[in-house]
Amino acid sequence: MGAFPLTRLLDRSSAVFMILLAAFAVVIPTLNLLAPASSGLHVSTYLVALFGKYICYAMLALSIDLIWGYAGILSLGHGAFFALGGYAMGMYLMRQIGTRGVYANPILPDFMVFLNWQELPVYWYGFNHFAYAALMIFLAPGLLAFVFGWFAFRSRVTGVYLSIITQAMTYALMLGFFRNNFGFGGNNGLTDFKDILGFNVQAETTRNALLVVSCVALAICFLICRAVVTSKFGKVLVAIRDAETRTRFLGYRVEAYKLFVFTLSACMAGVAGALYVPQVGIINPSEFAPGNSIEAVIWVAVGGRGTLTGAVLGAFVVNYAKTFFTTGWLAPYWLFVLGGLFIAVTLLLPRGIVGTYEWWRARRAERQVVPIAAQAPHAAE
Amino acid sequence: MQLKTTSAMLYLDGISVSFDGFKALNELSFVIEPGEMRAIIGPNGAGKTTMMDVITGKTRPDNGEVYFGQGTYDLSKLDETEIAELGIGRKFQKPTVFDMHTVEDNLLLALKNDRSVRAALFWEDSSAQQTRINQILDVIRLGSARARVAGSLSHGQKQWLEIGMLLAQEPRLLLVDEPVAGMTDAETMQTAELLKEINRDKTVIVVEHDMAFVRELGVKVTCLHEGSVLAEGSIDQVSADARVVEVYLGR
Repeated sequence: MGAFPLTRLLDRSSAVFMILLAAFAVVIPTLNLLAPASSGLHVSTYLVALFGKYICYAMLALSIDLIWGYAGILSLGHGAFFALGGYAMGMYLMRQIGTRGVYANPILPDFMVFLNWQELPVYWYGFNHFAYAALMIFLAPGLLAFVFGWFAFRSRVTGVYLSIITQAMTYALMLGFFRNNFGFGGNNGLTDFKDILGFNVQAETTRNALLVVSCVALAICFLICRAVVTSKFGKVLVAIRDAETRTRFLGYRVEAYKLFVFTLSACMAGVAGALYVPQVGIINPSEFAPGNSIEAVIWVAVGGRGTLTGAVLGAFVVNYAKTFFTTGWLAPYWLFVLGGLFIAVTLLLPRGIVGTYEWWRARRAERQVVPIAAQAPHAAE
Repeated sequence: MQLKTTSAMLYLDGISVSFDGFKALNELSFVIEPGEMRAIIGPNGAGKTTMMDVITGKTRPDNGEVYFGQGTYDLSKLDETEIAELGIGRKFQKPTVFDMHTVEDNLLLALKNDRSVRAALFWEDSSAQQTRINQILDVIRLGSARARVAGSLSHGQKQWLEIGMLLAQEPRLLLVDEPVAGMTDAETMQTAELLKEINRDKTVIVVEHDMAFVRELGVKVTCLHEGSVLAEGSIDQVSADARVVEVYLGR
C-alpha cells in the first residue's frame, strides 16, 4: 500500500480501541497464567475461553458492519461464512486426532468409521496440513460469497430480498450439513479435538495463546476494515448505500464494489469461525441456524452500525448479557431479553451505542464552531 | 467504427417506449449536433424524462435507434455504467447528491478517473485533483461550503452541486433535467449563466418548464407532446406555434 498514512487508519476512537484491545490481549492471559488462583485478580481459564469466544464474535460483527454499515447490504446469513471457516478448521483438527480416536483409524475420523466408510472423501484431502486448512478457511467462505454475490448483485437483488435469500442460503447449508452422507459428521458435527499445531487444545497455555491470536486477528481485521472504509472505495460504498442509482449513473460498477466488499467480509467471518472452533471445542450444523446470523446483526445494531468499533462493543455487550442471562434462573427468558433489546435499540437508540456517542460529540463540536462558520454564507452570496 | 452515418452527437430515430400499453414515447426522432445546447419543453407526460431514461440506458426502447458520438455507439445495447463511461452525464429532476458526504467528497466521487475497485482502494489524494475540485467549486459558487455535508445544503445549492458533479465527470454530453425547479428568480438567472458557461465546450440538453429560463438560454427549442416532437425552432417560433399553444393552454 506504499506510503499509507497512519493518521488515516487510526482516528481517535480507533486508536483507543487498538490500545484497549492490546491491553486486553496482555492482561487477561497474564492474570490467568501468573496470578495465583487464590488471589482476587486471577482470571479463570473458563473466562479466558469465554473471552476468546467473544473476540471471535466481535470479528463476525465487524465483518457484518463492513457490509451493512457502509454498503447497506444486510446479510442475514453471515453465520454461514462463520460456520464454513469453522468447519475448515474443524476438519484440520479432526485429522490431527489420528489414532487417538475411539476407532483408532489413522486416516478416517471416527464418524466415518462409524458410518462404515472405507476411504476418505476427496474434499477431506489435504486437511491434515495446517497450511491447506488455513487456505480453505479463506477460500471456502470467500468462494461461496463470491458466487452468491456474483449472481445476487448482478441481478440487482437488494434490500429485504437480498436479506431473505441470505437467510435461505444459510438454512440450506444447515440442512445439508445435518445429513450424514454430506461427510461433515451430520448433526454431531466435528468434535473431540486433541491438538492444534502440536499443542493440546485443552491446555491452559493453548487457550491463552488462542485468545491472543484471536485478538491479533481482530486487530488485523479492524485495520483492514479501516483501510477500506477510509479509502475512496469506502466513500463509494457509502454513496451506494445512500443512493445506489446515482452511483451507477456516475459510472461506478456498483455490483463489482458490492462483490468485493461482500467477499472480503465473508473471508473475515470465516477466520472468526476458524478461531472460534478450537476455543469452544466443537462445530456442528446448528452454527448455520438462521437465528445465529440474525443475532449477529443485533450485536452490530446495538453497538452502532457504520462505526466498526461499535460492532465490536455490541458483540461484547450483547454476548456478556447472554452469558449472564443464560447461566441463571433467567435462562428461559433470554430470547425475550434479546428481542426487547433489539426493539429498544431500534426505537430509542437507532444509531447504537457508539453511533450515538459520535453523533453527540459531532454536535457539540459543531456548536462550538458556529461563530466562525456563521460568516461563511455571506461570502457565498 | 461508425454504426450509423451521421455527424450528430446524439441521434434518435423512431424511438417508441410503452409501459403497460401507455405510449410514453411514440416514434420520437431528433438529432443534437456537437457543441449544441438544446432546450426540451413539453407538458407533463410528454415523455421528457422517458427520453432521458432511454439515452442513459435506464429504459430500453421497444423500437428505434439511439446513437451517440457521430454514430459510433449504439446506446440501446449498453447499460447505465457503460453509457456514463462514454461521457454522457445526467442531472436528475430531483437533486440527488450524496447527503452523508461533504460537498468536496461529492465532487471527488464524480471526478473523471478510473472507476475500478482497484483504483478506488489504492486511491491517493493529489494536487491535480484538488485543483480540479477548486475550479469546479468556483464555477458552481460553493467554495465556502466545501467541508459541509451535502444534506445540509439548500435546494438551489444542491442543484448546483449536482451540476458541479456533472462537470467533474467531464462528459461530452450533459443531460440536465429541470435544473431551476424550486429556485428563486435570481438563482434561475445564475443557473442560466452557469449552463451557458458550460456550453462553451460541452454539448448540453436541458429539459425545463420555466419559459423565462429557456428564453434566457436563447437556444434551439424542441417541444415534445405525447411522446413525439411537436415543434422545433427558436423560442419565439415555438411559442408562436398554434399547436404548442394548444397543448400548453388546453383546448
